[in-house]
Amino acid sequence: MDDERDKKPQDTPEEVDASRRTFLRNLGVSAALAGLLSSGAILEERRAKRAEAETLQAPPAGAAELRGTVRITLNVNGKSHTLEVEPRVTLLDALRDGLGLTGTKRVCDRGSCGACTVLLDGKPVYSCSVLAVDAQGKRIETVEALAQGGQLHPLQQAFVEHDALMCGFCTPGFIMSLKALLDRVPQPTEKQVREACAGNICRCGTYNRIFEAALDASRRMRRG
Amino acid sequence: MPQQKMKRVKTTITVNGETREVEIEVPDIEAQWGDPSNMRWLGKRIPRVDGADKVTGRAKYTYDIQLPGMLYAKILRSPYPHARIRSIDASQAERLPGVKAVITDLTREVNYVGEEVAAVAAVSEQIARDALKLIKVEYEPLPFVVSPETAREPSAPRVTPQGNVRGGNPRERGDVDSAFSRSDVVVHEATYSVPPRSHCCLEPHGLVCQWQGDKLVAWASTQGIFSVRDELAGALNIPASNVRVICEHMGGGFGSKFGARAEGVICARLAKMAGAPVKLMLEREEEQLATGYGPGVTAKVKIAATRDGQLIAWESETYGTGGVWGEASVPLPYIYPVPNVRTRHFDISTNIGASAALRAPGHPQASFVMESAMDDLAHRLGMDPLEFRMKNDPNPVRQAEYRLGAERIGWQRRNRTPGAGSGVVRRGIGMASAVWGGGGGAGSRPTVRIGPDGSVEVRLGTQDLGTGTRTYVAAIVAEELGLDIKQVKALIGDTDYGYSGASGGSTTTASVAPAVKMAAMGAKERLLATVSQHLQVNPADLVLADGQVTVRGGSARTLTWKQACALLGKEGIEVQGEWNPNLQGSGVAGCQFAEVEVDTETGKVRVVRIVAIQDCGQVMNRLAVESQIYGGVIQGLAMALHEQRLYDEQTGRMLNPNLEEYKLPGSLDMPDIEAIVYDNPTGKVSGMGEPPVIPTAAAIGNAVFNAIGKRIHSLPITPAKVLEALGKV
Repeated sequence: MDDERDKKPQDTPEEVDASRRTFLRNLGVSAALAGLLSSGAILEERRAKRAEAETLQAPPAGAAELRGTVRITLNVNGKSHTLEVEPRVTLLDALRDGLGLTGTKRVCDRGSCGACTVLLDGKPVYSCSVLAVDAQGKRIETVEALAQGGQLHPLQQAFVEHDALMCGFCTPGFIMSLKALLDRVPQPTEKQVREACAGNICRCGTYNRIFEAALDASRRMRRG
Repeated sequence: MPQQKMKRVKTTITVNGETREVEIEVPDIEAQWGDPSNMRWLGKRIPRVDGADKVTGRAKYTYDIQLPGMLYAKILRSPYPHARIRSIDASQAERLPGVKAVITDLTREVNYVGEEVAAVAAVSEQIARDALKLIKVEYEPLPFVVSPETAREPSAPRVTPQGNVRGGNPRERGDVDSAFSRSDVVVHEATYSVPPRSHCCLEPHGLVCQWQGDKLVAWASTQGIFSVRDELAGALNIPASNVRVICEHMGGGFGSKFGARAEGVICARLAKMAGAPVKLMLEREEEQLATGYGPGVTAKVKIAATRDGQLIAWESETYGTGGVWGEASVPLPYIYPVPNVRTRHFDISTNIGASAALRAPGHPQASFVMESAMDDLAHRLGMDPLEFRMKNDPNPVRQAEYRLGAERIGWQRRNRTPGAGSGVVRRGIGMASAVWGGGGGAGSRPTVRIGPDGSVEVRLGTQDLGTGTRTYVAAIVAEELGLDIKQVKALIGDTDYGYSGASGGSTTTASVAPAVKMAAMGAKERLLATVSQHLQVNPADLVLADGQVTVRGGSARTLTWKQACALLGKEGIEVQGEWNPNLQGSGVAGCQFAEVEVDTETGKVRVVRIVAIQDCGQVMNRLAVESQIYGGVIQGLAMALHEQRLYDEQTGRMLNPNLEEYKLPGSLDMPDIEAIVYDNPTGKVSGMGEPPVIPTAAAIGNAVFNAIGKRIHSLPITPAKVLEALGKV
């Protein structure tokens, strides 16, 4: 194993795959530590079960473990960016810290709030739960890409006019979830709107106005 | 100089979320908001001026600040609810490549799981996290208690040397005992309780600190840039004038983000030690564990009314927990005047960390206790619960709101007898009321600047919590100067602008708006004085509207805004404003009606509809006021059905310091909400951010009672409690 650890990481699919496992291993460690800090017996047990499940998917013998940094290329908002990241860096952190695209927000960092939602090949994903190395070769779309030539996207315009935001910290995540919906379903029902953002949390309490804004944006987009 | 007329006014001030009333002397200057129907901006629906920045991701929050050479800090926190720290060995962490500064002198004793023990700053977040794992701390665990019920037992470990139960002095008026023993009264006794709840600010607490010589610049996610400045200056022993605090946008506070707090001082110290800017944003788990919570309360109450429904006596014993030393009192009896009252409040010391103000501190708890008891008593009296309240509430605004709300919800559709419906899913309707101060205070020093090029700027060191402060600051100036709101640049969120207080107690609008109005009036007066000299007319004959200056009486002489401003000379004009008590008022009223569906097989409660009515005197921005009502209702719904901090008694640890096991409602849980701004033409502006959260949980609880005929005495109203009340488990 030791000589394999010394191998210089290369940007190949195998390496990328290995880095993901390294990340999972690291995740296991930090989850255990987080457990020490926060949880009682019940959560501890639940985490142990999760860890057990992860062990069952152990890497095949001889898999390389990545260390240091890797050079990756991300296609973000139509532009190609090359950056150096540790293999354990999430897409969220690569966007924010690596590319300065801070519109995508970090709130829970563990896939429970939706504030970090971006589109990956048109599908909404939690960027905190995708590794940057795994997002290579995919079309990444963030909230920064929506306004074109100083013109707000109809969804953004509707959010502003309906006051579908207060502190605004959850807003980019909601907008990306709903953009994915409108791209796929141009004339959604309110139920579809609610379902499309069921993975996003707002604490200020803007939900009802978000539904209004999304339905209004759909009308505007169909009018053209 | 002629002596200025002064007047004494009662006003509220808020320090670290604690709001109290003081009497001060202020200049008595005639000023009026004017008739809302003649206004272009104020009272209308104004989309927020920073909306485009927020929907495009351009808005920079503290979390988004990135500086060259910036380090990342992480805090090591206690895994024990109570322990003495025997030793800390950080030598390995210090040697880890990339680590630039380590702090280990924070405390020798920890009092809750999550208390700060040590901190590091490193070149990346990952390395900072790795470094925490290398710090060796030897703890001597000490006895602890996290449950207030356990803490009250004589055998419980003592959290403080004085014991675990503080306070309890009876407060009494009237003759309580004889009132309860009268033969013509109906008495109801019960215990109601509310658990501690988390703020769950989506942007966590945190700062970015950068030293420039002996001066500190701090970006902070805060409700009070000046309170952060003063706390940092005090803790670092430097003059406040050496500290600049910036908060352009912030991602939610709800009462938890006042001072610099531990993480602020740690961040500034690490930046000084490392000689580099440091970012310290709490991770989600830290945010949920260590930034306070709204205290829980258990209330044992006895309430009596005469048979015809006149409240006559109240007695309550309340137990609150706000951590080791915290106070968690609730205003009881609430809203409805009672002539004979005896209350005793006890604060229970526990090892769960200190509580913090949480949107309308103590009031939603008091509302749940009082309004549940009112409903239960109305039931015993055989009276309509709304009629019972109308009989006991002297507030004329709420009386009108009751009638409006009853009509909007369809009050006559409720079950005359609670639980009278049939079928698996039962419907019910309930209501509750809200009261709040909402007055402002002196101190804000805004500046309105008009440039010779026609540019207009208003500067004030207040902050926008998402409530829309920036928008009404711009709107007031635009209204006064007859401009489009886009022509006014509102600069806030920086201590380099004029002083303004922290945003708490719903005092911001009533503090800020009058001062901005006075500054704008002053600027207008100066501008018109210049124009009147130029046109050789009396300034009183000039009208400033729609971007032009015209002369009253049909004169053809008209100047565009730009032409008028060009007369000002190179320096333009700059006018400071002061708070004017004549423009603001205190005492806002509201009420809410809830309709629910209860599934009697699963125990699940679905809120179908809420009608929420709130007054706030002169409305600044109707759109933003409605948003505050929506927000209050949704947080109140969360309190009613979802929220509670859970602790493990064996380990003293919080079980749900995250956003998946700490339940918040989502899009699928949202009822239909009708937010009604009750126009109350007082001509005075009042704050209203807090009151709409007060009655929601109680109204939902009362609707559940109306649906199933059973009272759920403790929040949140979970399916398990509903099934238990129905005798199904």
